[in-house]
Amino acid sequence: MAEAENIIDVVDLTVGYDGIRLMENLNFSVSRGEIFGILGGSGSGKSTLLKHLIGLYRPFSGDIRIFGESMVNAGERAKRDLRRKFGVSYQNGALFGSMTLLENVAMPLEEHTDLSREEIKEIALEKLRSVGLEKFADYLPAEISGGMMKRAGLARALALNPELLFFDEPSAGLDPLMSADLDRLILSLRDSTGTTIVLVTHELESIFSIIDRVIILDRESRGIIDSGDPRLLRTGSEHKWVRDFLSRDGMTLAASSVRR
Amino acid sequence: MRTFIINVGRDAADGFSGAAGGVAFLGEVCCGVAETLRHPEKLRWRFVWYYLELCGRKSVPIVVYICFLMGVILAFQAAVQLRNYGAELFVADLLAFSVLKELGPLMVAVIATGRAGSSFAAEIGTMKVDEEINALRTMGINPCRFLVVPKLLAMVVSLPLLTVIGDIMGLAGGLAVAVSYLGMPAGVYISRTFEVLRPDVLYMGVLKTVFFAVLITLVGCYRGFASSSDAQGVGRAATLAVVNGILAVVIADAVLTLVYMAWGY
Ligand SMILES: Nc1ncnc2c1ncn2[C@@H]1O[C@H](COP(=O)(O)OP(=O)(O)OP(=O)(O)O)[C@@H](O)[C@H]1O
Ligand SMILES: [Mg+2]
Repeated sequence: MAEAENIIDVVDLTVGYDGIRLMENLNFSVSRGEIFGILGGSGSGKSTLLKHLIGLYRPFSGDIRIFGESMVNAGERAKRDLRRKFGVSYQNGALFGSMTLLENVAMPLEEHTDLSREEIKEIALEKLRSVGLEKFADYLPAEISGGMMKRAGLARALALNPELLFFDEPSAGLDPLMSADLDRLILSLRDSTGTTIVLVTHELESIFSIIDRVIILDRESRGIIDSGDPRLLRTGSEHKWVRDFLSRDGMTLAASSVRR
Repeated sequence: MRTFIINVGRDAADGFSGAAGGVAFLGEVCCGVAETLRHPEKLRWRFVWYYLELCGRKSVPIVVYICFLMGVILAFQAAVQLRNYGAELFVADLLAFSVLKELGPLMVAVIATGRAGSSFAAEIGTMKVDEEINALRTMGINPCRFLVVPKLLAMVVSLPLLTVIGDIMGLAGGLAVAVSYLGMPAGVYISRTFEVLRPDVLYMGVLKTVFFAVLITLVGCYRGFASSSDAQGVGRAATLAVVNGILAVVIADAVLTLVYMAWGY
């Protein structure tokens, strides 16, 4: 992280759904190589914010710049070009039901590269291997478990080696071992390729073991109530809710053994 | 009264935003078609085959039954009337024109709306619930190119073929009545049919179904994309796909009839 180059800049962003303003005048940036967490209570608008960041919804006002380009004012084509540069891993995988895992992972490659069939297959298998699913390459999404779908979704998000990755609840619904595995995978992605990662999560384990910096959304005040290093916020935040949220029962920083 | 006016206003506004959504959808479909024409290698033939199976081959039995019976019913009704005037032979004329011009294309289109239109809506609606549509968008893929174009292609190919089958079965139904009920020799009926029919009657009827195919597919897919993201929403989308699809087909048929007439056909 030599140069503090911003990958994402959010400026005075107001988001919500027709009529309802959920978050007003958000300002934050994510710098290159950072693992950035979006936290907040259930229903606070984390997924909503994420969907705006990836350009699925149009904000009420404000701007989102990704790689320096405005996502809000971009035309459909510019938006599409921008989207090729980042990967999104959805809460439930969002795999295409009529295609096998291999075909799912191969799809971004087929759409956006000129590689040969063999090369694509090679890369797709490699990505599946990295999430531990190479044995299931020929399965359909309906034939595997929820956790596996999620990992396959991640493999697909990784297919084009994006510089930026978005996750919605990567470890929800995974067993503790698997979610520790996933945390390790996310960390190694960042450490080996410098991928910038934005994730929405509830898991304290992940929060303390991999996330560098968080913002905490609050529904009441429709904004960010606190931000910074989660390890410091746990005791140092001036908001009781944040301290409580970050120090739920039995959680120790032992989880940070995952880290390196 | 006030709430009534407000509701009417709201419905009109919904209709308007619905129309705006429809225009955006049409735009995306056109982009999808243009992209496919520019990069035909990106078309997923496997999906085209799948929908050809679904809308085409698997619809053959129902088309055969319904069109044959429709021919029987129509011929029977006509025979009862025409017999009074000793004009049984004209059953062949009546059948030939009404089946080939109107009933064949329309029946097949209605069947296709029920089978294909509803399944398109349900499929796309379910994909929306599972965030697959969002996933496509964030992968930088136009969902219409991926989801609508293969369906469109399959429907435009299969509906005219089904119509030819339906037409033949309708005429066969008429023949069955002529032979069994009117005691007409099969040869007489058949030669009368060929005598009055010009091939362009068949072509123009079949041509209509190309328009129907496009409409049924677009309405079905649009309903899927517009469905709300829950299980009930998907059910409603499938119903609306059929209701709106049939309406669209009938309106298009009326318009096409006028156009054909204006052409002096
Ligand atoms: N498509 C939508 N249309 C209207 N309102 C919505 C829509 N999606 C979500 N909401 C509302 O927005 C609020 C925030 O939802 P969101 O999914 O962003 O919460 P979240 O922080 O991700 O919660 P969770 O932790 O439970 O996933 C909720 O109150 C929800 O009712
Ligand atoms: Mg959420």
